[in-house]
Amino acid sequence: MIEIRGVTKRFGAFTAVDNVSLTVNAGEFITLLGPSGCGKTTLLRLLAGFETPDEGAVLLDGVDVSHEPPYRRSVNQVFQSYALFPHMTVKDNVGFGLRMQNVPTAEAEGRIRDALATVSLAEQADKLPHQMSGGQRQRVALARALVCRPKVLLLDEPLSALDAKLRHGMQLELKHLQRKLGLTFVFVTHDQEEALTMSDRIAIINKGKIEQLGDATEIYHRPRTPFAADFIGQANLLAATIILRKGATATVRLESGLELVVACTDLPASATKALVSIRPEKIHIGRVPAVAENVFQAKIEEEIFQGATDQLRLITDQGTKLHALVANESATQVAFHEGDRVYCSLHLDDIVIVQAE
Amino acid sequence: MPAATPALPVSDHSRPGWKAWALLAPMVFWLLVFVVIPGIILFVYSFCERDEVGGVIFNFSFDNYRRVFDPVYLRIFARSIGYAGLTTVICVVIGYPVAYYIGRASEELRNRLLLLVMVPFWTSFLIRTYAWITILKQEGMLNSFLAAMNLGIGPFNLLYTPTAVVIGLVYAYLPFMILPIYGSAEKLDNSLIEAAYDLGAGPIRAFSSVIVPLTMPGIAAGTLLVFVPAIGMFAITDLMGGAKVPMIGNVIQNQFLQARDWPFGAALGVIFMLMFALTYVILQRRGSRSTA
Repeated sequence: MIEIRGVTKRFGAFTAVDNVSLTVNAGEFITLLGPSGCGKTTLLRLLAGFETPDEGAVLLDGVDVSHEPPYRRSVNQVFQSYALFPHMTVKDNVGFGLRMQNVPTAEAEGRIRDALATVSLAEQADKLPHQMSGGQRQRVALARALVCRPKVLLLDEPLSALDAKLRHGMQLELKHLQRKLGLTFVFVTHDQEEALTMSDRIAIINKGKIEQLGDATEIYHRPRTPFAADFIGQANLLAATIILRKGATATVRLESGLELVVACTDLPASATKALVSIRPEKIHIGRVPAVAENVFQAKIEEEIFQGATDQLRLITDQGTKLHALVANESATQVAFHEGDRVYCSLHLDDIVIVQAE
Repeated sequence: MPAATPALPVSDHSRPGWKAWALLAPMVFWLLVFVVIPGIILFVYSFCERDEVGGVIFNFSFDNYRRVFDPVYLRIFARSIGYAGLTTVICVVIGYPVAYYIGRASEELRNRLLLLVMVPFWTSFLIRTYAWITILKQEGMLNSFLAAMNLGIGPFNLLYTPTAVVIGLVYAYLPFMILPIYGSAEKLDNSLIEAAYDLGAGPIRAFSSVIVPLTMPGIAAGTLLVFVPAIGMFAITDLMGGAKVPMIGNVIQNQFLQARDWPFGAALGVIFMLMFALTYVILQRRGSRSTA
């Protein structure tokens, strides 16, 4: 469907996109995820045609469109600010693309009606954008892009201007729409939760390069770089020395002296040092030791109530500081308190080596 | 769903307090003394008669207005509107691209270009008009230049022709067209233009269906600032038209200063002001419709 081949884009001395290659399959929901300034929006603009690559090529259905202007590409974008035409009614906004393609009026009318019905705005067709709420405007922008039946729909942080609750609703709705219509979505966001909720695949972008590409579970459970581990969810990133290898497992020693058994399938043979990542919710906390490859004792330094979870700051007997998350299962449950001594249990699969040398 | 704009806890806008009045006082005073009172005097005079030495006799009559609709004066009104209209159209055609370019330029470049638009105001208007005479006259700079270039065109006999008047008017009023259009173009959200391209509009259709409608308030304001004063302009028509193509401004000036027929001048002035008001109302309607 879309193929990005070794694309580089520079703005003066700044390289916004650095030799990126990526293939997006038909019907796929792919998210470009990264902090602001990482190059994800530039990558999207290269797909839309607002920027042309300095090196490499953008292919759409096997055709090189790198130097085609946006109005000759069958992709459409939903803009971050929605970019609705303020002087046109909702209906005219949605019909704009069809007018530009000279679609016959009768057919256009039907398609506009269908598009507005899809985003549940059939009743609002004659309103002007400024008479609508943020969420409604967002739907108009979506309908305006969908009505053109693009090969690929590009979405540039379309939910970032909505409040948290509305945003969550729209996430599910967008995902549902994409599945129902079988469309290809390229979605740009800096919100990792949004990426995990909606995407078939996520490309984590940092400093103009793709750090890791994979489905949500893979990205979350098996981060491949320290950046990927840190950017998605929370992670305890700890420096360690590899002291023993046995088949698919290795024993590492943290700086504090705490030794952990970890799974290592693709660790280079020469590696002696490693950076390991431990997700806070994977550390099992209990008054008694649980069955796991790694069990150690720690003291609770701080406990922060967060509603559904409790955030704990732990210090192990060896002196390693860790963050842990425990579910608040019941209001009557005996909670953990500052100063408590607890057992921490960790499966070897839950410790991931994100960097080795 | 929540409303787009939540109600802000602001004080009652309809009744400004004494502080607001205090701030507005200089403007209210200025308008009263220099606009409202002279306007009333003009209105009253327009229904009076003149005596032999040019004084005003308070004797109610419609005679002055009857004279205004004399074909001689109607022709001058029509000519004034024609020249002012042509000037406005030329100002839009020349000024729009300039204003749009300045509005879309980087901030640093934008300020420099705006300065260039303002530079003519550093010199007296009359001096600049005399400079145009030097350029356009028979042995002037334009004809000397054309002769020196040996292009086979010219010399042109431009000075004291309607062409010279329109050149002078366009030159004088162009900045007043550029500045309001610049204001609209600068506010234009770039993503709207990108959205038009994205939806399949080529440069021409993006311009006609998105850029022009969204900069229409600037065009309307510029038209008001150019068309209305251009109708009444008398200095340029005198100097560059050689008083051969009088416009309504010249006639009014003549009635007050040479013919000493103040009541008739006042009647012309009142009609003239009504035309202003009408233009303003029409443009205001169109402006508010395109930005609604």
